[in-house]
Amino acid sequence: MFKNANNKIIARNISEVMTFTVMIMFLVPLFLVLINAAKTNNEIISAPLSLPTDWSVLIKNITTIWSNPNLRYSQALVNSFVITTFSLMGITIFSAMAAWVLLRTKTKLSTAILMLFIAAMVIPFQVVMFPLVKWFGIFQSITGIQMLRSYTGIIIAYIGFGSSLSIFMFHGFMKSIPHEIEEAAYVDGCGKFKTFFLIVLPILKPIYVTILILNGIWIWNDFLLPMLVLGKGTPVQTLPLAVNNFAGAFLVSWDLMMTAILMALVPIIVFFLAAQKHIIKGMVEGSVK
Amino acid sequence: MNDKTKTKTSSISKDKKIEKLVFWLFLAPALFSFLMVQIIPFMIGIYYSFTNWSATAQISIDFVGMKNYFDAFQDPSFLYATIITSIYTFMNIILVNIIAFSLALLVTSNLKGKNIYRAGFFLPNIIGGIILGYIWQFIFNQFVPKLAAAVGFTYLSENLMLGNSNTAILALVIVSTWQYAGYIMMIYVAALQNVPKDLLEAAQIDGASAWQRFRNVTIPLVAPAFTVTLFLTLVNSFKQFDVNASLTNGGPSTMFMGKAIKGTTLLAMNINDTSIISLNTAQAQAKAIVFFLVLVTFSLIQVYVSKKREVEL
Repeated sequence: MFKNANNKIIARNISEVMTFTVMIMFLVPLFLVLINAAKTNNEIISAPLSLPTDWSVLIKNITTIWSNPNLRYSQALVNSFVITTFSLMGITIFSAMAAWVLLRTKTKLSTAILMLFIAAMVIPFQVVMFPLVKWFGIFQSITGIQMLRSYTGIIIAYIGFGSSLSIFMFHGFMKSIPHEIEEAAYVDGCGKFKTFFLIVLPILKPIYVTILILNGIWIWNDFLLPMLVLGKGTPVQTLPLAVNNFAGAFLVSWDLMMTAILMALVPIIVFFLAAQKHIIKGMVEGSVK
Repeated sequence: MNDKTKTKTSSISKDKKIEKLVFWLFLAPALFSFLMVQIIPFMIGIYYSFTNWSATAQISIDFVGMKNYFDAFQDPSFLYATIITSIYTFMNIILVNIIAFSLALLVTSNLKGKNIYRAGFFLPNIIGGIILGYIWQFIFNQFVPKLAAAVGFTYLSENLMLGNSNTAILALVIVSTWQYAGYIMMIYVAALQNVPKDLLEAAQIDGASAWQRFRNVTIPLVAPAFTVTLFLTLVNSFKQFDVNASLTNGGPSTMFMGKAIKGTTLLAMNINDTSIISLNTAQAQAKAIVFFLVLVTFSLIQVYVSKKREVEL
């Protein structure tokens, strides 16, 4: 009996060490980026596996990348941040509003519109991407609103592409909110606007977080849409676009390439470490629905 | 009396009007963006696939019937991309799911650091495909040859994996697996956690071995998750673009049907190339619609399979 329990502890320790080792091996690519960002190009080519001898090279490489005119890192970081933030605000508020009226208005039209939003989830980006650029061009020549190469166009695009899944998820969640809460607010003299923004919106908080994470990670990392709507090498570039431009010119200088990658990784990894429980939960929920 | 009913009906119709107004007001921003970027381009796209639309400046866009579809199916690069995408997708489904399920078993066993392990395995999934591709380009071009030389594996120390289209496809599978396994793992974790503990204990008391418990209790209860994960990997592998673009950029070239073509160009990238490199946007559009129809078929099969499973339960 005693021996059996002892064996169990040993077995558990073995699997603990084993899992830990597997995880470290799994994350080796990221360590490689870090150690090679702190080397000169010659050092990398002769010994990509060794630890850096002088960490101050990292600072030097970071300064080079920060001021590199091909990458325009700081500008791309700000652009990515602005585009992600405004798109997320638009997606969550507009989708919640739409989902709410689609749920509370029981007409054939509202059901049809909801179905259209949901059905569009199966449309791959490849089918709409070229016509989208063409259509944005036509639209901006008619209305004078700058759609291509602008914040406006790409933010509208993200709201449009993000709305399907977000409305679907909000709609599903709202079904579980008892209608009586809203009726009580209505009897107390709350108008539709007040009822939605003061009563419904706060109840949505859990699903709101999930939708923010799902859309946020997609938008932050997205490449093809910004490449088509913003264009390569134009004044407004997101981080993935900037790294792609940079790689086109600097793929042989691995020291700078590794530093650029490291600097592109830092924001998303910091975000992940800060909110990993929410992120993992949110992304898994999004898949199963 | 008469007056009273009159005001009442008019207030009801006023209420109705307000309700209608609110309906459209609340719907407008989402619906506008949705129509702008999904529905209108989708419609335009179907029409353009039957025209001679080109990426170069042109005087008029003319209707050409099914020409683009016939041309697409005779284009060696499209046929090759279809074959290579199927192979890539198949290998990905197998590898991602085997690794994800094994990792899920590890991180649901009774370990102290299981939350850290889960986060660690999940981490690559939040990094964008473009960045991932460049990281792995470094690994395949610099790290792997040096490592192979150190352990005496001459094939890999003398040949770059990305230098040959067959091994480059394998490289794509490795990177996608690294990116995706942690995510699929978490879906398996959720399913494994839902397996009732008392059921496993009951089986143990009845004398079932660890393998028997796994095979006859755990697996059947986790089976619905397999439908989800298999279709998720299927659809996501099929749509792969970012890693393809940054890791291999479709190359290196290989011979197919007597023509030199880019050897690792998956379907999504072939659609891009058709418009951006060959400037034949109408044909790219026709290919994209074929691509769309295949994905719709996958979705319909998935709905059918899950419905059938629900009935069986």
